[in-house]
Amino acid sequence: MSSPKGEVEIIEQYCKGCNICVAFCPTNVLEMDLFVVKAAKPEACIACMQCELRCPDFAIKVHKKEA
Amino acid sequence: MAYDYDSSIRPGKLPHIWCPGCGHGIVMKGLIRAMDTCELDRKNTAIVSGIGCASRLPGYLDACTLHTAHGRAAAFATGVKMAKPEMDVIVCGGDGDGTAIGGNHFIHACRRNINMTYVLMNNFIYGMTGGQFSPCTPTGDKASTTPYGNPDPIFDISKLAIGAGASFVARTTAFHATQIDKLIAEGIKHKGMAVIEILDDCPTTYGRRNKFRSVVEMMERLKDMAVPVAAAAKLPAEKLEGKILTGILHQEDKPEYTAQYAEVIKKAQGA
Repeated sequence: MSSPKGEVEIIEQYCKGCNICVAFCPTNVLEMDLFVVKAAKPEACIACMQCELRCPDFAIKVHKKEA
Repeated sequence: MAYDYDSSIRPGKLPHIWCPGCGHGIVMKGLIRAMDTCELDRKNTAIVSGIGCASRLPGYLDACTLHTAHGRAAAFATGVKMAKPEMDVIVCGGDGDGTAIGGNHFIHACRRNINMTYVLMNNFIYGMTGGQFSPCTPTGDKASTTPYGNPDPIFDISKLAIGAGASFVARTTAFHATQIDKLIAEGIKHKGMAVIEILDDCPTTYGRRNKFRSVVEMMERLKDMAVPVAAAAKLPAEKLEGKILTGILHQEDKPEYTAQYAEVIKKAQGA
């Protein structure tokens, strides 16, 4: 079975580096790079939307895509 | 697809002023989703706030917004609703704004059961004014004005709202992001005063004075504190110590104020 994957879009100028998305990502897609989040393992994204829901700064968008 | 928040936000307003990790942004997302769920016409929706970090929220939203005096959001919102009963009125505010400085306006809006939705972001402290303790700062915790710990007992906002007469009271936390929009949407649909208390985190003025090492630690605490109402009914009392109940805490049908007032106008005009 192929799970739907997502594409993480990060709007860097909105990110304040609070680390919420990094901590709650179940597949460790995201990591901090000098107080700005980056998608270190984009292929692991399962489009669970946890980061988009909890990003207080409107800096993450997850686009669902069919695998 | 990613959720379309941008069409509800005034162009050029982001990034917002809130500190890194402040839960108000999560609540704002929830409020946008709730307004979309209820298909609110933004030209017919008034979002009213007082002063404080939480009260900056309406300024970002593309709707009819009103930024008023400290604590007076409920009073201004009552005015808007009385003048234009067909409008949907949403009030945003913090715990200091809503229950201390505006405590009287808050309880009387609840008592009248006027049809509005009060989204109360409880971050346990006065954030914007410099970290003074609020009526919701837990006993023993530190604030800029209680460096040796706060001796005061706290207000339970939800119980206060129920006691004052609000006909819909719900509570959740900033961690429970999907519950935020569901409860606000229920509140908007409810005819009468709906109070939605959202426990929030303030890493800058509350967290750093109370030994929270990170925003994530504060979020984890909110997660651990919350017990859904249905689950709490099955738990023994000792397991509920230090926990807070989340979900819809109170809902009843009661006469709504603008409808009652329309009756008064009819009577006065001799109809």
